[in-house]
Amino acid sequence: MGSKSSVIISLRGLSKNFGSVRAVDGVDLDIYQGEFLTLLGPSGSGKTTVLRMIAGFEKPDAGSIELNGKEITHLPAYERDVNTVFQDYALFPHMDVISNIEYGLRVKAIAKDERRAQAMAALAQVRLDGYENRKPSQLSGGQRQRVALARALVNRPSVLLLDEPLGALDLKLREQMQIELKELQRQVGITFIFVTHDQEEALTMSDRVAVFDRGKIQQLDKPATIYENPANSFVAGFVGISNLITGAASLSLLGKGGTWLVRPEKIEIDSPATGGRRAQGQIREVEYLGPATRFLVDLDVGISLMALRQNTSESATSVAEMRNTKVTVSWDIESEYKVEK
Amino acid sequence: MSIATSSRRYFHSHVWARITALLSLPLAWLGVLYIGSLAALFITSIWKIDTFTSKVVREFTLSNFIDVLTDKAYFNVTVRTVGVAVAVTIICAVIAIPMAFFIARVAKPQSRPVLIALVITPLWASYLVKIYAWRTMMAPDSGFLNWLVSPLGLSSPGFGMIAVIIGLSYLWLPYMVLPIYAGMEKLPDSIVDASADLGAKPGRTFLKVILPITWPAIIAGSLFTFSLSLGDYITVQILGGTFQMLGNVVYQNFALNLPFAAAVALIPVIVMMVYLASVRKSGALDNL
Repeated sequence: MGSKSSVIISLRGLSKNFGSVRAVDGVDLDIYQGEFLTLLGPSGSGKTTVLRMIAGFEKPDAGSIELNGKEITHLPAYERDVNTVFQDYALFPHMDVISNIEYGLRVKAIAKDERRAQAMAALAQVRLDGYENRKPSQLSGGQRQRVALARALVNRPSVLLLDEPLGALDLKLREQMQIELKELQRQVGITFIFVTHDQEEALTMSDRVAVFDRGKIQQLDKPATIYENPANSFVAGFVGISNLITGAASLSLLGKGGTWLVRPEKIEIDSPATGGRRAQGQIREVEYLGPATRFLVDLDVGISLMALRQNTSESATSVAEMRNTKVTVSWDIESEYKVEK
Repeated sequence: MSIATSSRRYFHSHVWARITALLSLPLAWLGVLYIGSLAALFITSIWKIDTFTSKVVREFTLSNFIDVLTDKAYFNVTVRTVGVAVAVTIICAVIAIPMAFFIARVAKPQSRPVLIALVITPLWASYLVKIYAWRTMMAPDSGFLNWLVSPLGLSSPGFGMIAVIIGLSYLWLPYMVLPIYAGMEKLPDSIVDASADLGAKPGRTFLKVILPITWPAIIAGSLFTFSLSLGDYITVQILGGTFQMLGNVVYQNFALNLPFAAAVALIPVIVMMVYLASVRKSGALDNL
């Protein structure tokens, strides 16, 4: 992200209850101009509710929201300078593509020629030239997604809110759209607040990630820090696959108490190098993943570790033969991270 | 191989056998009772009548149609009938749209079934009971309506076209509310949110998003209110005073001159066909 420039959105003590459930519990968050911030968490963690409160679709029970230094906590959605891309796209089914994109400009009473020109430019920006007269029902999921993006971006909002916009797309299209979205965000320079439950998506796209659980932000940091140095066991468990070494195993293996995290890709099997941690064990499971192989190793000290190894020349058959063999696993002491609770 | 197994295999491999088994009963119902009665109506309308005995003579004639089309009186009745049906449809729509909107999108989800039950409660009472109730309310001097508006210096319209329009609007309102409610309930919240998100105030969202998307549902409701009004004659008899609609003409003639009554009865059928065709052309049925 680089520029720790001006704060564009500031949340203070934001809370929301649904019945007896505390969906959002005292969230404080500063979002900077031009950054790509992801709200990551499992369903029910409060991430979408935070987004909907910023958009104005939900009223907070407590706390405040500031946009560009102005309090907008109690402004209706139609008076906020933010736009949303919805999970189900929410295109107007009775309007063609260009009318959908022009809708916000029409509300602002922008003259017809100007409106059309801006909408056509937005359509070109999402690479849908020539689709202006289609109805949403005549478009594929990916195309609808792009129309929804164009419809929001054409208004040049201060902040674009994206509510799991890639959730309904198949894997290949999703990966392509991740790249396009990121490129688009760099081009337009608008702040993106992106909600997802997909940790991989969060890590690849974001400048910063806020990990949510039970209505609270568990950790707010750069993707690499979230992954390498999770603040607590929830973040460690939710973001990526992690080996948590705790209790007696931690004392006997590492010679120190507490809970420690070692990522699977940091663990080597039968490495010729010496030094670092070493432990004996037996391979229980082998999973051939294509570019890599995942091993589940039962250690003699009584715990199991996941190890991930890049496949350079190994075939599926040769790694499969490693099942049930005795191996030595090893990792660097620097790969161990202390995890709270 | 048991009979059950062999018949199962037969149906499995013969698509047309399956379709026939599924649809023969509903098709028989539709063909014999519905299309058949319409055909009988049409055939009767091109027969003659023995004016002395009032017995139908099965000989071809177009005189019934010529009478209907050339006599100014029948043209006037047709115009009045269509006018009443249009008025009833508009009144029902104007009341039903905000009502359905309230139930589907404003009221709490748990109170919706209760409100819908309240809307259809009048359908549980007999048609005649409701219309006679309106008759007492509409009575020129002693009626409830007269009592209600007399402090304002007004008087009840009494029996006539206005009373018929009020009575029919009351009767058919649930048939307008239900499809519009279904259409508005189906509308995703995100579409309404999206409109607000793009800067539209609630009034604009209602006119530019909610109303156009639920338009097919409104048309569906109007098909009920319009066709039911076109064919009604009992309400007209009870509330209409000297006012008459096409149904009354049919009713008065069918004992004396059945072929002529059949020709008159074809008018609402034709009007309905024209209405359906124009609605279809407008594209309102595309998304039903």
